[in-house]
Amino acid sequence: MYVFLSIAAALSLFPLIWAVISATNANTDILRGTMLPGTHLIQNFNRLTELTDLGRAFWNSARNATMATFISIVICSLAGYGFEIYHSKAKDRLMSVLLLSMMIPFAAVMIPLFQLTANLSLLNTTLGFMLPTLSTAFLIMLFRQNTRTFPQEMIEAARIDGLNEISIFLRMYVPTMKSTYAAAITITFMGTWNVFLWPRIIMISPESITMPILISNLMAGYVADFGVIMLAVTIATLPTIVLFSFLQRYFAEGMTGTIK
Amino acid sequence: MEQKKGFKLGLNQKQGLIGWAFLSVAAALIIVMNFYPMFRGFLFSLQTGVGANMEYAGLFNYRRLLEDPQFRQTVSNTFFYLAVQVPVMIVLGLILASMLNSKNLKFKGFFRTTIFLPCTVGLVAYSLVFRQMFAVSGIVNTIAMNIGIMDTPFNWFGTAWSARLIIILGLLWRWTGFNMIFYLAGLQNIDQSIYEAARIDGANVLQQFRRITIPVLRPIILLTAIMSTNGTLQLFDESVNLTGGGPGITSRSMSHHIFNAAFQGIPQIGYASAMSFVILLFVGTLAFIQIKIGDKR
Repeated sequence: MYVFLSIAAALSLFPLIWAVISATNANTDILRGTMLPGTHLIQNFNRLTELTDLGRAFWNSARNATMATFISIVICSLAGYGFEIYHSKAKDRLMSVLLLSMMIPFAAVMIPLFQLTANLSLLNTTLGFMLPTLSTAFLIMLFRQNTRTFPQEMIEAARIDGLNEISIFLRMYVPTMKSTYAAAITITFMGTWNVFLWPRIIMISPESITMPILISNLMAGYVADFGVIMLAVTIATLPTIVLFSFLQRYFAEGMTGTIK
Repeated sequence: MEQKKGFKLGLNQKQGLIGWAFLSVAAALIIVMNFYPMFRGFLFSLQTGVGANMEYAGLFNYRRLLEDPQFRQTVSNTFFYLAVQVPVMIVLGLILASMLNSKNLKFKGFFRTTIFLPCTVGLVAYSLVFRQMFAVSGIVNTIAMNIGIMDTPFNWFGTAWSARLIIILGLLWRWTGFNMIFYLAGLQNIDQSIYEAARIDGANVLQQFRRITIPVLRPIILLTAIMSTNGTLQLFDESVNLTGGGPGITSRSMSHHIFNAAFQGIPQIGYASAMSFVILLFVGTLAFIQIKIGDKR
């Protein structure tokens, strides 16, 4: 059992470690198959900023992903709360219809969605970037399922105390559901930070470039320097790994609530 | 008495309305961003032409894709990925999860975090790492030659089957831990004493796995099967960044093909929409079959 788990862990880690090590090495050393950290990190970084608009891409990604995460979590947690706390037959039926949207492949909506975005003059904008992820059935479901663990008596008590419904949501629900929010933030931020197809379609101008597009272009541009590419990949991966390591503890809890 | 009842109903109605207000934005957005474009896309699929000069063409696009060898190739590629990757990943995820769930395992947290870690890496990012690792002068060939498995470097992206294999390896690396977390969460709801009772009754590990673990996890397995099927049918990032769809189009996915038809070169909006509706059909049909099987057993 330990052997199997160790192999699985090693295979999971190897590509990541190799990418980080390669980011510190010169191309010639990587081609020789070095597995030791090198001293070429600064040179790789300079070359990367020469070749690409790294700062802009990083800022764009950070801004887009942060705003998309914040807004979609507000919208979807309100909805999950609404579906569960005030549930009725009609609302349950609507929820099952909304869940069907999870079955719609992005390819089936991307062309009309592109036209919609273009008609609203939202190409190359953060709002355009956010449109498809502002509300997702998955996130609503995550909040709805987890809301089942939220004690109804707390709501009744708060109502008797004269709190209105929005205050109950903001002051009692949000602080209680920290782990659900953490799971939702992790999933949504990872998704929006890494999304590739949608910005490939709508973020056309070079000024609106995001990190996934930057590293993809680096590859397509036949930059034959492994070290530079792996440094770009490492930089593009850091924010999500850091976020995950902070929210990891809550993440598992939040996910558990979803499948109960 | 009568009055009190009326008041209560009024309160319930009011709360019902507040509930609708809470969920209305989210519901409206899903309708506008998912269902409406899907409907529009279907209308496009019945049209041919470029830009503003679109005209109704009936089922012309659908007839065209039936005879299009390129489209057929990308369909069979995608289904190959699906047929190999999804079952292997589910089995691997289940094995890993039940190992991590055993009571006296040490370093539990370390193993769990490590195996989940690939899920924090973006699809484009990991595609590029795999592309470099399997390059002709990449680390995989170097290691294989150093150990003595190979004499000359192998061009992994040079043949159809090895290119497809690498996409599958990539998908397995990226997603197994994700599924494992779901199973682990499900397993933690099982009382350990059930396993102890089974052990006392003489059930071996495999029997415990088949008789306890699988039945309890069935709804979660169903959920992950549907999600993975859906995800693999929509494969795009890996096809573009890991193999570039090559050699030729032998590893290209359906979504990659549709993207090219719609957004590269002369836009073929009608034809691309028809192809995307075929994916929708596949996703729907497979989800339906999976739900039927999942319910029956």
